[in-house]
Amino acid sequence: MASTIRVRATSSGETTEVQALIQHPMDSGFVKDAKGEIIPPHFIQQLTFEYDGKNVFSADWGGGVSKDPYVKFAFKGGKKGDDLKVSWIDNKGATDTATAKIL
Amino acid sequence: MSMIKASSLMLTCALLMSGATSALAATEADYKTALAAAEAANKEAAGLRNQWTVTAAAIAAAKKAAETGDFDKAVASSNEAEALAKASIFQATSEKTLWKDMQIR
Amino acid sequence: MNLRTAIRLTSAAALTLAVLAFAPPQTAAADTVDPVADAKAFRKFFTDKFPKVKLEDFVNGPYSMNEDMHRQWEEKEQFPPYEFSLDMGKEMFTKPFKNGKSYEDCFPNKGIGIRQNYPYFDEKEGKVVTLELALNRCREANGEPPFSYVRDEMAALTAYMAFTSRGKPFDIKIPNDPRALEAYQKGKEYFYTRRGQLNFSCATCHVQSPGERIRAEVLAPALGILNAMPIYRSEWSGMGTTSRRFTTCNSQIRGVPLAPQDDEYRDLEYYLSYVSNGLPISGPGARP
Repeated sequence: MASTIRVRATSSGETTEVQALIQHPMDSGFVKDAKGEIIPPHFIQQLTFEYDGKNVFSADWGGGVSKDPYVKFAFKGGKKGDDLKVSWIDNKGATDTATAKIL
Repeated sequence: MSMIKASSLMLTCALLMSGATSALAATEADYKTALAAAEAANKEAAGLRNQWTVTAAAIAAAKKAAETGDFDKAVASSNEAEALAKASIFQATSEKTLWKDMQIR
Repeated sequence: MNLRTAIRLTSAAALTLAVLAFAPPQTAAADTVDPVADAKAFRKFFTDKFPKVKLEDFVNGPYSMNEDMHRQWEEKEQFPPYEFSLDMGKEMFTKPFKNGKSYEDCFPNKGIGIRQNYPYFDEKEGKVVTLELALNRCREANGEPPFSYVRDEMAALTAYMAFTSRGKPFDIKIPNDPRALEAYQKGKEYFYTRRGQLNFSCATCHVQSPGERIRAEVLAPALGILNAMPIYRSEWSGMGTTSRRFTTCNSQIRGVPLAPQDDEYRDLEYYLSYVSNGLPISGPGARP
């Protein structure tokens, strides 16, 4: 199955800028379907970006984040060619992870 | 003495008003007539491809009120729906020529 | 004043207007349909109104209307939210039907790089055919059920086809056929006709007020407005077709929408696409 994570990281020497687009329904659990029944909550609870064994960014999300979330941030350091690892885990226990080379 | 007169006057007024209200209370027949007029006008608007969402909402409100036996409300909503439908007909008819005033030349 | 009084006043005004309207203007008889002149005037209106916007940038809608929005658009293009839908569209487009045929068999050039030619006037049928309509006809001709015009599947398919035409200028043709001219003119009439309880026409927002706000949204100019379709709208949290935009716009102004791909909508798409001829296809797009 295709990865749910698209990530691009570019290093300017001093800082690395990261953008990621994650495919996930991010259902809050408050929305009703066409039949009037609640669509159960289904959202990413934790998102982490790891570089050189350390967390450079982590997010604790809830149902307030929209579908297919987009994240952009920068961190100090990061060298071209090194790996950046992205992982998430949702409220149903599902996970996905992806690794990208810093450009 | 004036206090008694005042309160009896008020009582009379209250009685008159309630009497007046019950004399004007709508019947199911009144509702059906009003609804038919509203639906006819809305159908004409449909033929002109120009119905308004609020018209449908007013008709639905009329039907819902009738179901609970509140024919006063049902008639009022039906009349509202008819007025809205007629306004939408007027809009469609007048726009047949008025649209030209908006165009970029 | 309450609604009743308002309507009564309107009716009174109506009578007055009706009386006035019955004096036929002399120029009515001379009204000939001239799409070439229309397109030229249309383009000039918007380039005059926004002299700093490059012609090809009009296709970015609200993003071309101010600096801040433009920066947001540039960022979005680096990581477009429509990527998932686009991938799905490509997968759907290349997958064969149950009978072994595919969309490639229904379209010229196997469906690649042709989006800028839609809608076109079908002289045999005597009607305008849009891309969405052509896709569903392809499905039905090959024993597949049609897709809803307002849901994800049709949006994904048209997203892929638009993507293969990126950069190509809109090239809508009006054949020398009175029925085609009539369809064009009807589309134009629809565009300028006020409708719904809010009494807006398409032009009210997209000709009179581009760059201005309606509630929190910046309005797009009508020039190039279909070039980015289909669009991923943050408001929809997903991809939406031209049909979806037309129908939701109608209900937003409190007009009951027509059925997707009804004649009026097809003609409207024909008109709006024609007057944007020459501007590049930028679809699929992203909007707030």
